[in-house]
Amino acid sequence: MDLSFLAIQALNGLSSASSLFITACGLTLVFGVTRIVNFAHGSLYMIGAYTAATLVPRLLELSFGPVTFWAGILASAIIVGLIGILIEVLLLRRIYGAPELFQLLATFGVVLVVQDLTILIFGPEDILGPRAPGLRAPVDILGRRFPSYELVLIAAGPIVLGLVWLLLRKTRFGVLVRAATQDREMIAALGVNQALLFTGTLFLGAFLAGLGGALQIPRVSAHAGMDLSIIAEAFVVTVVGGMGSVPGAFLAAIVIGQLQAFGILIFPKSTLVVVFLLMAVVLAVRPYGFFGRPEVIGGTHAVGIASRERSPFAVLAVLAVVGILAALPLIGDAYVLKVATEILIFALFAFSLQLLIGVGGLVSFGHAAFFGLGAYGAALAVKWLALPMEAALPTGLLLAALGAALVGAFVVRLSGIYLAMMTLAAAQIVFAVAFQWVDVTGGDNGIVGVWPSAWASGPTAYYLFALALTTAVVLLLMRIIDAPFGYALRAARDSAARAEAIGLNIRRHRWIAFILSGAAAGLAGGIYAFSRGSVDPTLLGIPTSVDALTMLLVGGIQTVTGPLVGAGVLHVLRDQIMPLTSLWRLVLGLSIIAIVLIFPRGIVGTLRAWQEERA
Amino acid sequence: MTLLSVQHLSKSFGGVAAARDVSFTLQRGEMLAIIGPNGAGKSTVFNMVGGQLRPDGGAVLLDGRSITTASPQKRFRLGVGRTFQVAQTFLSMSVAENVQMALVSCRRESGALWSSARHRYRDEAIGLLEQVGMADAADAPCSALAYGDVKRVELAVALAGQPKLLLMDEPTAGMAARERADLMDLTASIADAKGIGILFTEHDMDVVFGHAERVIVLVRGRIIAMGSPDDIRQDPEVRRAYLGDEHALEKPKGLNPA
Repeated sequence: MDLSFLAIQALNGLSSASSLFITACGLTLVFGVTRIVNFAHGSLYMIGAYTAATLVPRLLELSFGPVTFWAGILASAIIVGLIGILIEVLLLRRIYGAPELFQLLATFGVVLVVQDLTILIFGPEDILGPRAPGLRAPVDILGRRFPSYELVLIAAGPIVLGLVWLLLRKTRFGVLVRAATQDREMIAALGVNQALLFTGTLFLGAFLAGLGGALQIPRVSAHAGMDLSIIAEAFVVTVVGGMGSVPGAFLAAIVIGQLQAFGILIFPKSTLVVVFLLMAVVLAVRPYGFFGRPEVIGGTHAVGIASRERSPFAVLAVLAVVGILAALPLIGDAYVLKVATEILIFALFAFSLQLLIGVGGLVSFGHAAFFGLGAYGAALAVKWLALPMEAALPTGLLLAALGAALVGAFVVRLSGIYLAMMTLAAAQIVFAVAFQWVDVTGGDNGIVGVWPSAWASGPTAYYLFALALTTAVVLLLMRIIDAPFGYALRAARDSAARAEAIGLNIRRHRWIAFILSGAAAGLAGGIYAFSRGSVDPTLLGIPTSVDALTMLLVGGIQTVTGPLVGAGVLHVLRDQIMPLTSLWRLVLGLSIIAIVLIFPRGIVGTLRAWQEERA
Repeated sequence: MTLLSVQHLSKSFGGVAAARDVSFTLQRGEMLAIIGPNGAGKSTVFNMVGGQLRPDGGAVLLDGRSITTASPQKRFRLGVGRTFQVAQTFLSMSVAENVQMALVSCRRESGALWSSARHRYRDEAIGLLEQVGMADAADAPCSALAYGDVKRVELAVALAGQPKLLLMDEPTAGMAARERADLMDLTASIADAKGIGILFTEHDMDVVFGHAERVIVLVRGRIIAMGSPDDIRQDPEVRRAYLGDEHALEKPKGLNPA
C-alpha cells in the first residue's frame, strides 16, 4: 500500500463525495423548507440519469463537443426540476400538515410510481451513457492513471456548494429559504407567498437531484434500483450533517466518501455497514447531526390509538373470526391456504408494528429488520445448528428481540423524523450484513431447505400452526396495549412533558416496546421462513418495511384491528392484481397516495367514523 | 417549616444571564408568586426548580434534600407536581384515565403488561376529579374539553402524585377572567387543606395580588424585591421595572374584565 495508491483512493472518495453531496444537498434544502423527508428524491436522481443517458447521445449526434455534453446534462437537470414542481403541486402541497408517517408513505408511493413509469418509458434495459468529450483520456497522478472525468466531479461538489451558498446569501429567494428553514410559521405570518417559495424550493431540490444523477452517466449506466440505493445514502448524509444544513451535508458527504474509499481496504465487503455505523455513532453523540437543530416541538401531532368503549360483543367477535379462520381448510384448496398463511404472517408483522406506531407514536421505518432477523435466525439455526423447527423459531424470535434491544437502545433518545431515519439505517445495516456476508448467509441467494417439522408439514397443518401462533401473539399484544404499559406508551406519545412530570420513564418504556415489537415481528419472520422453505435479503429490504407500513395505513393506524384488516386486503389485492398487470408497483403507489389524500383513516377507521356518524 | 429552598441559582444561555444568584424559600401551605416583565427569567427559574433545566450554579433543596440535578421523574417521586403554561394532558384518553395514569405511575405500575388499565384506581381518580369539580366529565375524552376544564384536569393529575410542592407555570394563561379566579380559589383551598406549598408564575396581577401570600419580582435574572403583595405594590424599584404599565400594580377592583 504505497502513497500513490492512497492518493488515488482519497481522490475516489472525493469524487463519490461530490456526487453524493450534490444529490443530498437538494434533499436537505427541501426538508429545511417543507419539513418533508422526500423519499422520491432518489427517484428524481434516477430520472436525471435516465434522461441524460437518453438525451445527451442524441444531442451529441447533432453537434459533437463538450458544450453540447454539458448543455445536455444541464437540460436533463432542468427537466427533473420541472418534474419536482409537478410533484409539489400535485402531492406535497396537500400533505404539508399531515403526520410524518403519511408524508413518508406518500412520497414512497411516488417512488413506486416512478419505478414502473421509468421502465415503461425508458425500457427495462440499463442505459450506458456517453463519455464526456474532451475528458476521455485518463490523467497521470503519482504514476497511476486516474479518469479525468472524476477530477471534474471532484470540482463539481465545491462548485455546487458555492453556487448554492451564493443563491442562499445573495438572493431574495435564498433569504426566504433560510428564513423558512429557521421558522416556518414566522415566514407564513410575514405574508410571504408560501406556495411560490415551496414550489421554488422543490424545483431547486429536484434540479440538484437530477444534476447528481445526470453527472453519473459517464461512470455508471442508468439502471432501475439506483433510486433506493442513492436515497439510503442521501438520507445518511443529510441526517449526519444535520437535516436542513447545506454545509453539514457537504462535510458529511466528504466524511462518508472517504470512509467508503478506505473502508473497502479494511472491510472489503462491508462498505454499507461502515456508512450506517457512522450514522449510528454520530446520532448517538449528536442526536441532531453535525449542524442540525432540535426539531421544534408542537409540530405535526402523532396520530394513533385512542381510548374507546369496549364493545360487549368483542369476545364473541374474536371467537367468531378465529372459528371461521380455523374452518378455512374445510373449503379452501392448497393455494388458498398458502395465501391465507401468508396473510396471517403479515397480519402479525403489521400488528407488531402497530405497537410502536399506533400506540407509541414511534415511526419505525425499518421494521423489516426484525422480521428478517427472525427469518434469518430461524434459517441459520436450521442450516448451521441443524435445529428442528420447534427450536429454530424461538432462536429467530430471540435474535430479533436482541436486534430490537440494540436498535431500540440507540433510537429511543430520538424523536420524529430522526427516529424514522435511524430505524431505516438500522434495517439497511442488517440488510447489508445479510447481503454481503456470503459465507454465512448465502448472500443474494439466501438460505434454502428451511422446512417445518413433519407434524406441521403440508398446507393445512402449517396454516393451522400459523393461525394458532398468530392468534396467540396478537391477543397477547392486544392485552399489552390495554395494560398500564400500553397506556404509558400512549401517554408518552400524547405529551412527553406531562408523562415525565408524572414520573414515567419514557425511554425505558419505549425501549421495552421495541423489544416486544421486534420479538413479535421476528416470530412472524420465522413462520414466514418455514412457510416458504427459504430466506433471502429482500425480506430485510426497504420495500418489506414499507409493506408493513402500507398495511397499517390501509387498515387505519388509529385502530387496533386496522393492521389485521390491512394485511388481508393488501395481500388479496396483490394476489389478484399482480398476475393481471406488470404495473403492480404503479397501482400500489397510486393507491398509497390516494389513501393518504382521501382516506387517511384507513378502512377500519373510515367504517367506524361512518358508524359513529349514523349513531 | 421550610419546604423548598432555592440557593444562589444561576443560569446563562450563551452570553445572556437568565438567572443570577436567585435565592428564596417556600413554606408548607404557602403560595408564592414569581413575577417580572417578559424575559425576566421567570420560566428559567421555574424550569430549574421543575427539573427541565439544569442550573450552572447553586442548589435546589426539597425538605433539606438536594434535588438540583434530579430528573423531572425523580422530582415527581419526591413530591413535586407541576402544571404547564400550555396545559399538557393525554388527549387520546378520557378525563378519568388521565388521572388514573398518574396514579398508576405513582405506584410504579406503568410497566405492567398483563392486567387491564381501564378500571385501575378509577375510584381514586374520580375522587380527585371531584376535588377539582370535574367528576361529571370523568368519561369524556380529554380532547373534547374546554380549555378551562383541561386546566382543572391537569390540576387533578398533578395532585394524584400527592405532591408536597406544586409548580404552576402561568396557571391561568388563556383562561377567561371568571375562570381564573375560580381556578386560583380552588388551588388555594386545596393547598391549604393539604399543606401543599405552591410556587407559581403569572402575568395577571389580579391573580398575583389576589392569591399570593408572598411575591418575588425578577428583573433581568435578578431578584429585585421580595415580600407581601402590599410591600411589592409600593416598592419604588418594582414600580420602575413596570414603568409605563403602572396600572398593572393597582389593587384589584373586584371582577375585572381583563
